[in-house]
Amino acid sequence: MTDATPSDSKQASEHGGNIREQSSVVIRFSGDSGDGMQLTGDQFTNTSAVFGNDVSTFPDFPAEIRAPAGTIPGLSGFQVNFSSNELYTSGDTPDVLVAMNPAALKANLEDLERGAVIIVNVDAFTKNNLRKAGYTETPLGKDGLRGFEVHEVPLTSMTRAALEDAEGLTTAQKDLCKNAFALGLAFWMFERPLETTIKFYEEKFAKRPQVASANTKVLKAGYYYGENTEALQSRVRVPSRLAVTPGIYRRLTGNEALVLGLVTAAQKAKRPLFYGSYPITPASPILEGLSALKHFDVRTFQAEDEISAIGSVIGASFGGAFSATASSGPGIALKSEGINLAIVLELPMVIINVQRGGPSTGLPTKTEQADLLEVLFGRNGESPVPVVAPATSAECFDMAIEAFRIAVRHMTPVYLLSDGYLANNSEPWRIPDPDDIDPIEVTNRVDPEGYQPYMRDPHTLARPWVIPGTPGMEHRIGGLGKRDHSGEVSYSPKDHEEMVLRRAEKVARVADFMPPTTLTGPAQGELLVLGWGGTYGAIAAASDEARKEGLSVATAHLRYLNPFPKDLGNILGRYRQVLVPELNLGQLSMLIQARYPVRVIPLNKVQGQPFTIREVLEKIRTVLSPQGTTA
Amino acid sequence: MIEAVVDAPVTVDNKLTRKDFVSDQEVRWCPGCGDYAILAQMQKVLPEIGVAREQIVFVSGIGCSSRFPYYMNTYGLHSIHGRAPTLASGLKAANPDLSVWVVTGDGDGLSIGGNHLIHCLRRNMDVKIILFNNRIYGLTKGQYSPTSLPGHRTKSSPLGSIDYPLNALSVAIGAEATFVARTQDTNTKHLSEVLRRAAAHRGTAFVEVYQNCVVYNPTAWDHTTDPEVRDDNIVFLEEGEPLVFGKDADKGIRMNGQEPEVVELGNGVSRDDLIVHREGMKNTAYAYMLSRMEDPEMPLPFGILRCVDRPSYNQLLTSQIEAAVEESGSGDLAALYSSADTWSVES
Repeated sequence: MTDATPSDSKQASEHGGNIREQSSVVIRFSGDSGDGMQLTGDQFTNTSAVFGNDVSTFPDFPAEIRAPAGTIPGLSGFQVNFSSNELYTSGDTPDVLVAMNPAALKANLEDLERGAVIIVNVDAFTKNNLRKAGYTETPLGKDGLRGFEVHEVPLTSMTRAALEDAEGLTTAQKDLCKNAFALGLAFWMFERPLETTIKFYEEKFAKRPQVASANTKVLKAGYYYGENTEALQSRVRVPSRLAVTPGIYRRLTGNEALVLGLVTAAQKAKRPLFYGSYPITPASPILEGLSALKHFDVRTFQAEDEISAIGSVIGASFGGAFSATASSGPGIALKSEGINLAIVLELPMVIINVQRGGPSTGLPTKTEQADLLEVLFGRNGESPVPVVAPATSAECFDMAIEAFRIAVRHMTPVYLLSDGYLANNSEPWRIPDPDDIDPIEVTNRVDPEGYQPYMRDPHTLARPWVIPGTPGMEHRIGGLGKRDHSGEVSYSPKDHEEMVLRRAEKVARVADFMPPTTLTGPAQGELLVLGWGGTYGAIAAASDEARKEGLSVATAHLRYLNPFPKDLGNILGRYRQVLVPELNLGQLSMLIQARYPVRVIPLNKVQGQPFTIREVLEKIRTVLSPQGTTA
Repeated sequence: MIEAVVDAPVTVDNKLTRKDFVSDQEVRWCPGCGDYAILAQMQKVLPEIGVAREQIVFVSGIGCSSRFPYYMNTYGLHSIHGRAPTLASGLKAANPDLSVWVVTGDGDGLSIGGNHLIHCLRRNMDVKIILFNNRIYGLTKGQYSPTSLPGHRTKSSPLGSIDYPLNALSVAIGAEATFVARTQDTNTKHLSEVLRRAAAHRGTAFVEVYQNCVVYNPTAWDHTTDPEVRDDNIVFLEEGEPLVFGKDADKGIRMNGQEPEVVELGNGVSRDDLIVHREGMKNTAYAYMLSRMEDPEMPLPFGILRCVDRPSYNQLLTSQIEAAVEESGSGDLAALYSSADTWSVES
């Protein structure tokens, strides 16, 4: 439907109502941040995944923990796209909106297209709530909702009625169960089984069985409400996927994938993992996830500030651990001096930047890709760092391992650029067999004979990683200018220039070890869409659709942003035009134009939200129309 | 005077000598700098603490004192301004067998790195922090520091400093450091004894060393070095002994209500009336009171103000890891990957 893949709709008749079949549906739950919308969306997603759909989710929550109830800033939303086909994104526009109050209706209405289904909790449309949402009169039944299929459901009173006999719960506690009613109704609409969620309630509220049974009761009440009232005309069936690689699957967010990837890298090298970090949105879940993994010899250090976090990581790397930190733009700015020290000490570590809307504090919970130039150039002096960027949430797992491979092979800090979208978006992940992941070979020199701290591997130019505690190899290193090979402090002009060139060359040689860039679509032709990071889904889906329309469009998605892959120049030269969509004002565009003899067409967006498939598709159509832009 | 308690892991032949700790680097401090004496004492003490040379790491920030690691033939990290405690913390967490030393100064440790210092102390990270205090910025050529006295005229305070200074010991005790001591560059015997005790401490050992900057603040410590007056300005703390000082050991410190006061011994005042030094008091109040004794009203306390047992961060971290392995077994990646709702897709 809103996925670019055209959906095949057909009528199916079955007892209990009309059932239409659709290949994919987008549903969005929206309510107060205390209404349990994240949990509701999560449960809908798990049930759909277990049912056999592809799923992609996007939570959208406020920066404030509890903004005033009933207001637009206090809203928390969760969007689920579920499909019989492969999904690329969490969907452009919802087919179904569940609005728990007037603010939820008001804030989300602009994202809907006519024909969409809206379920509102009519009990919440009180004078007071309408005022808090900025309505002067109720929108229900008015012109503003014409063309939508609106269902006014008394969620609160139905929930209370269902729990009339429930003992040991206050009215406020009963009202908290109303999200279960909405979920039950959604399960009925889309023919989902209730078992996964009932099991979840039983486990989550194991110590409060009355709460578990209340939620289960209300969940069923919501389901039966759909069945009995026939208020909802349309039931929709989204069959399970057919062509899926067999295996065991789970859902994974980008942050969860980074946790698993970092631990895996350390385990694959048989090293402890040291993770020094200061809490910051949207990177904190990585710290939280790793802190629970001490049995993997994970040593998490919640530092007193961002500077301490990078300092501790440098110290731990000197001490021989696999070391990593994560932050977001403002924290990365604070770490920049430390990262430069790491560059000069030539020690391996992984620095993750989960980008958010900037500058300054900006939009902590929203996504953006505007830190690419920060990580490349936001430090004093000539300061080269390899930069990698996963394209999807699940790929965060692979790229965390790849970042460590680069770090130890080339003895350098490595940046991994994630973003708020990848961090919070979840998608199915086929669970790999850990034995299928190659070990990470690490050599720590122990032979003092002929050892010099800055002697270099002839291929990679990496210096030896010698761990304190190794007899006979005591040495001192620091941030001062130095002579290559010996590493001795030197202020000589020639030594300085040689070191600057060596470090640059060392990082440039990372490109010798990269896999070829993957191209989708024609190997040459009219248009190449070149992207990086979390915009992959929108670009891939839009380009697929454009090719179906007969347009000559290829896509390449860069996982390596510094250095660029060696084949990139050749690839760029094979297309008449190059389109670069980015959630910034053209940072990759600037880098590409500086390096290669092409003029790129930028597509930029800085609204704290990911691209929609349609935005990219329309730009492709415009560029390739006879009146379109020409390079 | 001070009993050295050596219970650090003994891993080597004890045949190392001072020379084994002298690096091949030419020392580049100004002639007459107090740093030379501290370096010499460190090189003298380290062979005696029973730790193999390769297990010792010196970490520093920026400043004259921070050149120290280059001159020690151990492992060394010369890092960035104020951040040495953070590198030392990560290093010790990654590699707990090492003996990790931080060398810092009044600017590096109390100004730009003040935040890191107090957090390292409160965590009781198992590192030794030696703070060279000369009440001036030396490497940047003579601006006032956070320990410069009010009214001090320097290049950046030509009319006199209007900053109130920090007292390094009070800061350390305020952060509940488990080992807090003061000594001086020129008093080499005392200095070496304090370093020995610091080396043996489990947890953060914080040592303030009065250090003379011969170029930019050469008179800062005259009242503690001039043989004519120094004994009247310093009280040496000795465990279980009353606080007695003065050239002829004729003065002491006793409590008057809630305040310490200086008294002359004799005329009915005996040693029994004086405060008896106890470095192991759990409550920080006594050590803090000592740290507030400042000249000219009171003698300056030298020695170990506080030395208490408290599990170090590193001991706690190691126990958590051991307990986690005990409870869940050594990490199993396959089990970790599957620790969520899963579903199976059949071929």
